[in-house]
Amino acid sequence: MTGPPAPGAAGRRPIAALRAVRRSAWTVAIVGLLGALLAVEKLVHPTLNVFDMQSLVDGALPLCLAAMAQTAVVLSGGIDLSVGPMMSLVNVVSALLMTHATNGQAVLIALGLMAVAAAAGALTGAVIVATGVPDIIVTLATGFVWGGLALHIMPIPGGAAPAGFAALMTGELGSVPSGLVVILAALAILWEPVHRSPAGLALYAVGSNRAAAYLSGVAVGRARVTAYAMGGAFAALGGFALTASTTNGNAAAGTSYTLTSVAATVLGGVSLAGGRGGMIGPVAAALLLTLINTLLTFEGVDPNFSLVVQGAIVVLVVMVAGLVLVRRRGA
Amino acid sequence: MGRHPMPAVNLLEVRGVSKRYGAVVALRSASLTVAAGEVHALLGANGAGKSTLVKILTGVIRPDAGTIEMSGRPVRFASPASAPRAGLAAVFQDPSLVPDLTVRQNLRLTGADPAGVRRWLAAMDLGVDEDDLAGDLPLPLLRILDLARALAREPRLLILDEITAALPADLVERVFHVIRRWRAQGRSVLFISHRLVEVRTICDRATVLRDGADVGTLVLAERAEQQIVALMLGPMAASPEALRPAGPGAGTRPDAAVRDRAGGASAAPLLLEARGLAVSGALRGVSLSLRAGEIVGVAALEGQGQDALFDCLAGNRRADAGEIRVAGRTLAPRTPYDAIRAGVVLVPADRVHALLPQRSVRENIALPLYNRAARWGPIDLRDEGARAGAAIARLAIDTRAQRQVRRMSGGNQQKVVVARWLAAGFRVMLCFDPTRGIDVGTKRQIHRLLRDLAAAGAAVLLFTSELPEIPLVCDRVLALYEGRVVRELPARAADEATLLRVVHGLAREEPPG
Ligand SMILES: Nc1ncnc2c1ncn2[C@@H]1O[C@H](COP(=O)(O)OP(=O)(O)OP(=O)(O)O)[C@@H](O)[C@H]1O
Ligand SMILES: [Mg+2]
Repeated sequence: MTGPPAPGAAGRRPIAALRAVRRSAWTVAIVGLLGALLAVEKLVHPTLNVFDMQSLVDGALPLCLAAMAQTAVVLSGGIDLSVGPMMSLVNVVSALLMTHATNGQAVLIALGLMAVAAAAGALTGAVIVATGVPDIIVTLATGFVWGGLALHIMPIPGGAAPAGFAALMTGELGSVPSGLVVILAALAILWEPVHRSPAGLALYAVGSNRAAAYLSGVAVGRARVTAYAMGGAFAALGGFALTASTTNGNAAAGTSYTLTSVAATVLGGVSLAGGRGGMIGPVAAALLLTLINTLLTFEGVDPNFSLVVQGAIVVLVVMVAGLVLVRRRGA
Repeated sequence: MGRHPMPAVNLLEVRGVSKRYGAVVALRSASLTVAAGEVHALLGANGAGKSTLVKILTGVIRPDAGTIEMSGRPVRFASPASAPRAGLAAVFQDPSLVPDLTVRQNLRLTGADPAGVRRWLAAMDLGVDEDDLAGDLPLPLLRILDLARALAREPRLLILDEITAALPADLVERVFHVIRRWRAQGRSVLFISHRLVEVRTICDRATVLRDGADVGTLVLAERAEQQIVALMLGPMAASPEALRPAGPGAGTRPDAAVRDRAGGASAAPLLLEARGLAVSGALRGVSLSLRAGEIVGVAALEGQGQDALFDCLAGNRRADAGEIRVAGRTLAPRTPYDAIRAGVVLVPADRVHALLPQRSVRENIALPLYNRAARWGPIDLRDEGARAGAAIARLAIDTRAQRQVRRMSGGNQQKVVVARWLAAGFRVMLCFDPTRGIDVGTKRQIHRLLRDLAAAGAAVLLFTSELPEIPLVCDRVLALYEGRVVRELPARAADEATLLRVVHGLAREEPPG
């Protein structure tokens, strides 16, 4: 800051705020796109009210949490293909344990399960670090384990959740959908403390350039394990969201979330190579994908075809962004 | 950290350290002592094992055998994080700043004291915006940041693995200034460089490694250089040819005749012409021309537009204005592919970007061959092998770790980048610091190679951060300053003192033509 300008840095010294916006341009764009779509929706269907916002968040909550789980891992330079099965497993176990529980007990059960899921995530991470087997293979395998366990515990859908617990996740708090509160609380209590700590810095560093991080003295293995543990905790929350919205357990409930979580993560501006991105983008992307799905259903589009549309949108957005990036670099 | 009167033991004592990777012996048996208050050089040809030793000293890798003592006490590190606690800090050969983090975050990552880093940067007359992403900074600044970060830990022994390789002359001077201050405080430096002039300037003693073992330690007196070269290259390579010292006034050069002829024969065809090249914020109207058989040097301090100039010519970026002609035909390259097809090839500054680190040497060299227009069908492995083999032999590439290029020593990786164009063929070679990190023996081979290429009818544009190289290999030199060519000199007149003046924008003169 003092002294003559750094070599090569002369003549490009944008204002800090501007730079912050430019660096998170993608997040801003995705949130903007979501806002625009909501606005259009409001124009076309003026009946849109709090209840619609409510149902959007309720529908999107499992995907939002799955995307957060995936993002934690992808930021560290990994990938987690066990997010969906983990959600199923937590869904099934929580529905089983909560069948006759009071609301207070349900909350305690949830906290306990979250700790177990985080530990399972940490274990997955430790296996990846210790054996050097690629993450994609290890998490594919653990995914089969979680999925199989879920089926074993509950071959046919069953169990239940107390109404109060369900309302905690899918009801409304004042005039705000409680799902939003859950997401914000998860960000504030689970993610931000890590994100702002040296451990969070290490997580980004390891994702960005593992060799450089190692040379800088970062405990690379610990950072990667932390990422998978965070992923496990978020996936558990996603499982509770399934339990709350269906008030029962279903061993297949989470299956589709593995790949949609990757889609939301990418759409949310997180680099699949690791090290770049944040949590807001993927959450917004999850809401966006859900909203598009709802709109298509509302317009009477065949649900199978709406998957085609969703996929096309992911490709289109990523492609446009890629072109913009190429332009900027070539200029 | 309070300083005690030094006991009569060495600060660092390394004995019989070895390391092998499968069949590759990176270090056979290396011993080394560094005294307190000493700047000690660690020298050796490419692949001799210098960086391997540095990595062992800092806990990045574990040795197979041998002992390391600091102040007489044995030490053993489990990870890079534990070395600083024993009073060791290193600047590694490859930048260790994490690209997607800001400078500030990078400092926090290592627990470096930002105030200390700022102080050391100020001592080198530099500043940096700490909110910049490390990945956006130019390589020299990254190296300086790496250095400041290591210095801020106040280690007793500072290890510098080729820190000067990517630095322009003025920054090297500032680094030396800091090293001298460091030594005056009774602390030590282990200094690795292929530039013997630097070693003579800054170091007290030198230990030479050859093929993974130490072959001698000597005090750097007046005539030590030839001794060093002889030790480095071994008895077989120590021909009178190899013993000739580098630098200005290096006696008769084998290529002197070629250069004089080129100087007179301006009738050779123009291979590359650029007129009024401009890039906002970097280049302000650069014109140049290269004839067949000519090597034109580019001399500049850091950040005077040389990156943009080479990028434009090589098709990595488009100029805002100006024209490029190759052998008389206009070239507006949109991608490197266009430039390569026209016969303009680049040996880039950052070998990391130019190589496929996980692939073999041969594939890396053969890569441009695959790119020939309308080349379908199976790859002609015999032809590929022959071309790659010839290039490997010509550059004397150490192929012990050839299955994956990333495992080769830094200098040998650099040679692979040059070798690929030898195999592919070209008309104009743009060399951006091609001898960075290359040992003295190979450096001369590369100089001779460039002269040979020119003699065979190619044109070479050569940027080098090592000014003494210019009179040694070039015919003419262009000095860039603030995005303009401020001076053109015949190589004969381009001694280091003159060059230093013109690259600083002193002795300004209207560019001819
Ligand atoms: N991970 C690895 N796997 C296999 N071989 C390796 C590995 N790392 C280094 N080597 C080999 O060990 C030898 C010594 O390499 P090192 O990097 O120490 O050389 P150096 O003296 O630093 O050379 P330079 O001056 O070119 O940087 C080389 O032959 C290299 O190919
Ligand atoms: Mg090296």
